[in-house]
Amino acid sequence: MTDRKRTPRKPPARTPRAKTAPVQVEPDAQGLLDFYREMLFIRRFEERAARGYTQALIGGYCHLNLGEEATVVGLMSALQPTDYLFTNYREHGYAIARGIDPRRIMAELYGRVDGVSKGWGGSMHMFDTAHRMLGGYGIVGGQIPLATGAALAIDYRSGEEVVMCTMGDGTTNIGAFHESLNIASLWRLPIVYVIINNRLGMGTSVEKSSAEPELYKRGAAYQIESARVDGLDPVAVALAGKHAVEVARGGRPYLLEVVCERLRGHSVVDPAKYRSADEVASLKEHDPVHTLAARLIAQGITDEESLLTLDHEVLANVEEISTFAEASAFPDEQTLFDYNYASEVPNDSRRLPGQPLFVTTLTSGADQ
Amino acid sequence: MTLMSYRQALHDTLRSEMLRDENVFLIGEEIGVFEGSYKITAGLLEEFGEKRVRDTPIAEEGFTGAAIGAAMLGLRPVVEIMTINFSLLAIDQIVNHAAKIYGMFGGQAKVPMVIRTPGGGGQQLGATHSQNIELYYAFVPGLKVVAPSTPADAKALLIAAIRDDDPVIFLENLALYNTKGEVPNHDTPGVIGQAAVTREGHHLTLIGYSRMAHVAKKIADQLADHEGLDIEVIDLRSLRPLDRETIVESVKKTHAAVILEDDWLTYGIGAEVAASISDGAFDYLDAPVRRVAMAEVPMPYSKSLESAALPSENDVIQAIYQTLDAIGHRRIKTGPHD
Repeated sequence: MTDRKRTPRKPPARTPRAKTAPVQVEPDAQGLLDFYREMLFIRRFEERAARGYTQALIGGYCHLNLGEEATVVGLMSALQPTDYLFTNYREHGYAIARGIDPRRIMAELYGRVDGVSKGWGGSMHMFDTAHRMLGGYGIVGGQIPLATGAALAIDYRSGEEVVMCTMGDGTTNIGAFHESLNIASLWRLPIVYVIINNRLGMGTSVEKSSAEPELYKRGAAYQIESARVDGLDPVAVALAGKHAVEVARGGRPYLLEVVCERLRGHSVVDPAKYRSADEVASLKEHDPVHTLAARLIAQGITDEESLLTLDHEVLANVEEISTFAEASAFPDEQTLFDYNYASEVPNDSRRLPGQPLFVTTLTSGADQ
Repeated sequence: MTLMSYRQALHDTLRSEMLRDENVFLIGEEIGVFEGSYKITAGLLEEFGEKRVRDTPIAEEGFTGAAIGAAMLGLRPVVEIMTINFSLLAIDQIVNHAAKIYGMFGGQAKVPMVIRTPGGGGQQLGATHSQNIELYYAFVPGLKVVAPSTPADAKALLIAAIRDDDPVIFLENLALYNTKGEVPNHDTPGVIGQAAVTREGHHLTLIGYSRMAHVAKKIADQLADHEGLDIEVIDLRSLRPLDRETIVESVKKTHAAVILEDDWLTYGIGAEVAASISDGAFDYLDAPVRRVAMAEVPMPYSKSLESAALPSENDVIQAIYQTLDAIGHRRIKTGPHD
């Protein structure tokens, strides 16, 4: 794609639309309250998930969005329902904020048939076609080329949608990140890459892993507009996200860095011993849910009693969600080979462990 | 039927599938302006434009992954990876993503895409450019892997692969591009997952795929003409799924098998074929199953060493003779290969 003059890459439809997009304004009192309700819901949902893990209702890995709630709701508020989201393995909150029934998210954590991915994905692999959340990916950086390709498909069809692709700070050092940003910029794809910078890989700091620790600056190498925003403030994230999405809808990729906190360990089993007492105290002080609650009260939007009532409602709701998930059935063993292939194919091997390739004529006599 | 090269069959099929379905597009390094390292895509940029014949940066992981993502949204990308050696740079996207997405998300997203890539040694390309690592993909549930050996199968299986809703690794071979054969004029898709008996016989079963299926047929014809041997030849055509039934039915008839492969012996495709024979035709075997594969070294550059490392026709013939000797067959007459 070296010669852009010969073949115009952009369909004319998208550009004027972006230019006439309304100027974004800060959310009003109700908007702030909605943010708070959603952040609190994610907080309580994740705490329930952590408990579910200790109850052995959840297996495998389990990474929580605790401390990331403002980032989650801010970013998701920037997307239209028709836009696409690709994210990584720390994605329960994103699935909630995307509008997926939280009972199905918890059921996926519990490995049940009612789970968003029917029990095949688990914590790291939430997927829902209807809400255009195209995964939850467990391999660091694996989602970035895929998201770029989804943007390519939108561009191919002259569509109006945008792809948002979130990732952690450590992901910016993997090759797929650089290959994808280069491709997206060359081909002018409608995609917003978002770095969720919680300043830690698992336990390795950004400073120890990224030679340029101001990660948004990496956009410059690919002529991609970029910015850094405070991820503890949902309003700031929402405004930055909306700007990024507008740029992408106009046919240019965007790189947004959101600096936030990870309140607990990398996953539920990580006690985070690498963190100092001061750091832990500071985390509590800057907790985005508490900060927003204080702001709502200070601005007279609500009072402590109302927030307490809300919390009780949310806790009860989350408990119902857990009850639903626990009551959902485990997938039937008979369905083990249901998703081998989308197009049926002869000679597909559907054997349980220990089964012979060929059954002898003394029993049933067939390969399959 | 039209007589054409394997290269021409691939080219014409890509073109006709692009004309048939506008969701089909090509993506890869040097496939447009340069017309492909092996000229499979010659003329297609001019005919279809940059949107549908997309030259990429040198970024196998990036563009292969982008093709997977585009396929998730319903396009039908045909990726060209210049040689299978370079697919290693994209293996995370192929194995951890293309192969997983349909199952891992409970059947919600299909990945209808093709990755065309040639293998093949014997061109003095040295250790990193002469590997046959299709096994890495044939090992993985969720992928389909086909390896046609004739122009007719190249056409039929490429049509099938493009119209299939799963990721298909389409293995080509440098040594096959110029080989010629009759190709049907109609666009009937082949069947992925089925082997072909390309020559019927009863003395022994000779099994191969891709270039080695071509070699197997040639040697069997030669031994029939010169030695009166009646060898059955199986072209596997599909490495995943593997058509064990056809293999085992043949060996039940011939009681002996020699497997040819261009990959390394230990853990190679032939090992799986041999295990299938052991499981399905144990009581019918009159001799141990033999495998003829590449020597287990990084491929040397020098012609003398490269030739020594690659399975030769003589290596194959000796394995056939030794197998027949083991089961007590007497050769009809003494051949020139003793």
